[in-house]
Amino acid sequence: MKMFVCIKRVPDTSEADVKIDQTAKNVDSSRFSFGINDADNYAVEEAVLIKEAKGGEITYLCLGPKDADIVIRMALAKGGERAARVEDPRINYRDPLQVAKVLAALIKKEKFDLVMTGCMSSDDSNMSVGVALAEELGVPHAAMVKKVEILDGALKVQRELEGGLSEVVEISLPAVLTIQTGINVPRYAPIRGIREAQKKELKVLKLEDLELSENEVNEAGSQVELLKFYIPEVVSNAEIIEGAPEEKAEVMALKLVKGGLL
Amino acid sequence: MGDIFVLAEHRRGELREVSLEMLAAASSVASELGGKVLAVLLGSGVDSFAEKLAGYSDSVLYVDDPLFADYNSEKYQRVMSALISQYNPELVMIAHTTQGVDMAPALAVELKTPYVPDVTGLRFEGGRLQPVKLYYQGKVNADFAFKGKPPYLLTVRESSFLAGEPSKQGTVEKIDSPLKEDIQYRKFVEYIEAAVGDVDISQAEILVAIGRGLKEEKNLPMIEDLAAAINGVIAGSRAATDAGWLTHDRQVGTSGKNVKPKVYIAIGISGAFQHLAGMKAAKTIIAINKDPNAPIFSVADYAIVDDLFKVVPKLTEKLKELRG
Repeated sequence: MKMFVCIKRVPDTSEADVKIDQTAKNVDSSRFSFGINDADNYAVEEAVLIKEAKGGEITYLCLGPKDADIVIRMALAKGGERAARVEDPRINYRDPLQVAKVLAALIKKEKFDLVMTGCMSSDDSNMSVGVALAEELGVPHAAMVKKVEILDGALKVQRELEGGLSEVVEISLPAVLTIQTGINVPRYAPIRGIREAQKKELKVLKLEDLELSENEVNEAGSQVELLKFYIPEVVSNAEIIEGAPEEKAEVMALKLVKGGLL
Repeated sequence: MGDIFVLAEHRRGELREVSLEMLAAASSVASELGGKVLAVLLGSGVDSFAEKLAGYSDSVLYVDDPLFADYNSEKYQRVMSALISQYNPELVMIAHTTQGVDMAPALAVELKTPYVPDVTGLRFEGGRLQPVKLYYQGKVNADFAFKGKPPYLLTVRESSFLAGEPSKQGTVEKIDSPLKEDIQYRKFVEYIEAAVGDVDISQAEILVAIGRGLKEEKNLPMIEDLAAAINGVIAGSRAATDAGWLTHDRQVGTSGKNVKPKVYIAIGISGAFQHLAGMKAAKTIIAINKDPNAPIFSVADYAIVDDLFKVVPKLTEKLKELRG
């Protein structure tokens, strides 16, 4: 099984204060901590599990700055042969269709059986790159996959639907899957793997290496324009409980018990 | 504005609410910018859905064919592509759901069309439509404009628009399937129901729900103590079930269960929209989170902005005292 896994380095903004920068088209990321996108981490694990069970090789692909190398090396430490990172300031990283075009250019030249990526990134959450990539590559796909079974020349996958329901679909290989979180239990990178990962191939590429013209993937070439970022007004009618932690706990407990909420 | 296509969504004999929400959104575009609202329906034995959709649109175009007995993104894409070429709509709306996200991006690539996914709002500036999309888990909004040629493709987030009441009497037209034969490279096999757990959280009166903020499974006893003190049942966000702290039948939200308990205590849950959709109907919502901007506070009745590890043990202690 020859596999490609597309991964992204994203900021952890779950508890961070997010501020818009001066361009109004980006956020100030100077105080964020970064890591691998959650769903991509599950895609990495799924590829490593498939390789362990069926053999094969894994190539990781990533678009982003040099700082993303840490994320790539961690994936390589878990398993996989090589990686390529595309770093080019001309690429419009915000447009999922243009990102898919860059990834497709990386994969197209080679033979492959399976491409996997997370079903969603936690920063842009377009849920679009994987499925767009399948179309660019001209192969079938399944999105939001939470179980993969390998058949002869095909895959049987479970897709997560709403309300706890799933559907099973069969798709022929080669194919693209977008992986949903919870499909497996991502391992920690083993110490030995981390050492070995340092020696594995990690190519850094530019648009010229991919034979892509600038206009296909830059902001001017995007069919949509991100006009501006702004902080939405959070409308909250909540009563804010003030005080030290202990005081807050007491006030809340009183409301629950004496206030008749329970 | 030319015509607006809205792809209706249904599953297992039910028209999904998001179809009507999109038709309401499309009607608001039509009233601002002109154009007609066309509901597009693909299915098998769906006459009644076509009739219902007519109450919300200017016309309904529908394909009724056993080929569409179950959803298949590859088949849907082929038909949508053919219908769009034939009818030339200016705007196309598809739900940002497990069906829509499995198809719309590929359709956008195929048609080389301007595309904005996961739209939660629509603005109108100078006679132009500007879709709104959220970033950074709802902490940032972005306004978009279309630059390329129509049709413009949007996927629309569930519960972003109000469905409203039927107020139109659209024409209903059954059309031949542009797809004549089944496809071989993707096949629907079967549905799998959610596993039934030991407790049904959708029936619980008091839910103590945990999220990523709990950090580690070893912190679970602290939550169990709190739940025991108020006879509550423990539930959680996707993060809590993905991490294996709770079984999947305890997941609240779009991909889990919808709940409406008397009291919902959200602990260390930031409040992704998928989670909020499943619990905002609770009578009283208490949220404990150290980030004052966490979206969970937008639905909360009581907000405790603090470190959950400091507040929860004290809360349990006080509750035990008060309840004797």
